[in-house]
Amino acid sequence: MSDAAPAISQEERDELRRHGILLTSLEELYNWGRSHSVWPLNFGLACCAIEMIAASMARYDIARFGSEVFRPSPRQADLLIVSGTVTKKMAPQVVRLWNQMPEPKYCIAMGACAISGGPFKQGYNVLKGIDRFIPVDIYIPGCPPRPEALLHGLVQLQAKISGQAITGPDAPRHLRSDIECDCPVPEFGAHDLEPPQNPAVWTPPPSLVRPDKA
Amino acid sequence: METVEQLRDRLLARFPGASVTVISNPSPSAQHSLLLDHAHAREIALYLRDEPALKFDQCSNVTGIDWPEKEITETTKVTVPDPAGGPPKVVAQTTKRREPGYLEVVYHLYSLALRQGPIILRLRTGNRADAVAVPSLTPVWRSCEFQEREVFDLFGVTFEGHPDLRRILMWDGFKDHPMRRDYAEPDDYEWEPTPHGDVLAKAKKHYPEKPAAEPAKEAKP
Repeated sequence: MSDAAPAISQEERDELRRHGILLTSLEELYNWGRSHSVWPLNFGLACCAIEMIAASMARYDIARFGSEVFRPSPRQADLLIVSGTVTKKMAPQVVRLWNQMPEPKYCIAMGACAISGGPFKQGYNVLKGIDRFIPVDIYIPGCPPRPEALLHGLVQLQAKISGQAITGPDAPRHLRSDIECDCPVPEFGAHDLEPPQNPAVWTPPPSLVRPDKA
Repeated sequence: METVEQLRDRLLARFPGASVTVISNPSPSAQHSLLLDHAHAREIALYLRDEPALKFDQCSNVTGIDWPEKEITETTKVTVPDPAGGPPKVVAQTTKRREPGYLEVVYHLYSLALRQGPIILRLRTGNRADAVAVPSLTPVWRSCEFQEREVFDLFGVTFEGHPDLRRILMWDGFKDHPMRRDYAEPDDYEWEPTPHGDVLAKAKKHYPEKPAAEPAKEAKP
């Protein structure tokens, strides 16, 4: 619970667990609880949504990981799976859904379109990645990703949740008061969305701008 | 089925004041089309739909074409008599003329009743700026409604007589027409991890300036 090193290491704790002695911390218990019942929003955008549906059905069975409860209301959802192409006309609605979800909430960008615009990125009507407007936790590449890839992304998200410290500067958004959780909803402009991106969430990564190609 | 030329003659006989031109298609598909004038387009469309020998009852496709203004260079050979009395010379003269741009709407018609088609109709606007109206064929074929809205949205052709002419793909406050050839897209190429081709040219505008070249070191002796 404190910033100091734990009195007992994870290996020692696992060893004790094998002998039937359960030692835990509030942080571990809290993260274990919330990482294994991540309820996704029942929200599909394009062909990736078909794979998301397949992952939720009998063959791939996302219920094994505690995420089978697809909620039809953002008020009850923990996870926004952006499954497909986000057009510029749809982007304000996606951001609005994100703002309507209560904290703690997580976002998975599923597939090439949600990550970067994918094969349609040169189109006049396609947003080049939903991470320009809302913070994305897990990126799942693929066109579309197979259901196994979505399950892997979900397991990665669970690992991310389990690793979060619930105090200190790395605490998740819902345990802090110093950051703004709402993302501004872009307006329809005369030529593009206004603003075209949320600078609080997204700026071009400088390491990817290659001066040798300038 | 009648050829396009037979159909044109039939239409000209039926509508004496109309202007019906055959636009030939030199490609192997040889899908020649009929260019109609605005004043008679609606009547001709109704005739094509209702005439028992034609019965083009389905409009399967409406699309637009943007023809920007272009400069045409023509080379003609002119025989010039020699003033000195010698044999006349053949001189090549090049003339340049500007062909004004226009927008074009193309309709593909089929007859489900007689199992024939397609017949292709074309309508042209006066220019690409202010005279962009053509008569709507939605009152004739209901299936044109959304497709004419799409042409209005992406090309900027206005359809007179359309029951509900609004943008269909882009939002209402959008000002541009993205399928026009001079459409300037918003410059959002600031992050391109694997640029090539056109994308590379657009991404280069966002690259940081090269650091100033170091002064050349003096050559070692």
